[in-house]
Amino acid sequence: MAEAEWFKPTPLPIIYEDRKMTENNSITPIQTDIIIIGAGPIGLFAVFELGLNDMKCHLVDILDRPGGQCAELYPEKPIYDIPGIPMCTGAELIEKLMEQIKPFSPTFHLGQMAEKMEKTHEGKWRITTDANTVLEAPVIVLAAGGGSFVPKKPPIKGIDAFEGISVFYTVRQKDVFKDKNIVVAGGGDSALDWALNLQPIVKRMTLVHRRSEFRAAPDSVNKLHALVAEGKIDLKIANITGIEGANGQLSHITLQEEGKEAYPLSCDTMLAFYGLTMKLGPVANFGVPFEHELIPVDTATFETPVPSVFAIGDINTYPGKMKLILSGFHEAALMAKKAFTYVYPDRRYRFQYTTSSSNLQTRLGVSDKSAA
Amino acid sequence: MHIICTDLEGKEHKLEATDEWTLMEIIREGGIPILGQCGGSCACATCHIYVDPAWKSKIPEPSEEEIGMLDGAFEVNEYSRLACQIFFNKDLDGMKIKLAPGSV
Repeated sequence: MAEAEWFKPTPLPIIYEDRKMTENNSITPIQTDIIIIGAGPIGLFAVFELGLNDMKCHLVDILDRPGGQCAELYPEKPIYDIPGIPMCTGAELIEKLMEQIKPFSPTFHLGQMAEKMEKTHEGKWRITTDANTVLEAPVIVLAAGGGSFVPKKPPIKGIDAFEGISVFYTVRQKDVFKDKNIVVAGGGDSALDWALNLQPIVKRMTLVHRRSEFRAAPDSVNKLHALVAEGKIDLKIANITGIEGANGQLSHITLQEEGKEAYPLSCDTMLAFYGLTMKLGPVANFGVPFEHELIPVDTATFETPVPSVFAIGDINTYPGKMKLILSGFHEAALMAKKAFTYVYPDRRYRFQYTTSSSNLQTRLGVSDKSAA
Repeated sequence: MHIICTDLEGKEHKLEATDEWTLMEIIREGGIPILGQCGGSCACATCHIYVDPAWKSKIPEPSEEEIGMLDGAFEVNEYSRLACQIFFNKDLDGMKIKLAPGSV
């Protein structure tokens, strides 16, 4: 898959061994101090503010890498309004945040969506993801931004009936596509990468895009044209206007080329790569109130009306709210102070500056004790 | 100055238009919940609109970047544009546009 070059895997993030089974084959919940839903810039900075105050975090995000909107929508675009940083790209900001939170060793559960939030008998919060990861903590921080990034679905009538059976928007295992008669739809890196990747193992590969130019790495485009010239991939410049089959099994799609009659193309599988879009998803049913897809919060603590559940970043709302990264950073700092009272009910919150606190500097791994 | 924006239900809205604002900003300020997920940076396709044929010639052609991003939109035709890429000016006073599916 064409990954944005900036993301270089480092010892951090640590992907926890999800689905840790006990002897009875039931899942052992992972215990932590804070569960953060969303690993975008605000979820990431929350790790820092919480870490300064001795709280351990686990983050859940549907993308397969941290960064949220910065990573997915504008990794290469410049941001000019991060305090102290005259200019950085979306990707660079995430890289810097990852470096900043490294001392606190957060654990990431990526490529999965938080589906359920419920209270346990002990009064802790339990989060269950769609990969069956189960986390428990006294505090939840909702940093879900505009929602989970999910694949855009083409508005083809009846397509729902085929989804997950013969129409897919992601590839988890290549093998299921062996010997299939596949249509790959789309014109970006994902569509081209998968067309090239799967071509050797399928019976027949057709790539459908609505125009003849592709938005992909030149090398991929060249490889595609070479395979088309060899007759190994069929390229159709058309819109997909219909889909037919029975019991979820695709039999053909209808193609419409400009100025021509629509015609059927027989196939048994379709992979559609039209990019991602943000959808609020299961968070809407977590039990926190929403006002037009935003969670109202108290501006002293950024706590939602549900005690020990906080909302920071684009997902919250309050008088004067501005959807800025710098606002989210501020919200994370105030949230951390209140979160402390739930995680350490018997301790007194101690306000310290990183500049002057040897305590904090030790936690950050920057203390000077061994200096000559 | 104003633009006329038809929503997905077919209702026309007369929206106050400010010089140099983008159409996306004008629509948003006018109270229509246009998605504009990327905040207007030409990085998504959720401010997809159709420009009325009579007004198409009055606006500059889309950039390569905008054309590429429109690949992520649906029901795209020759009048499709991203509202965040069109800047309003006095020559566009009264301009008619329509929201496209996926923009709200």
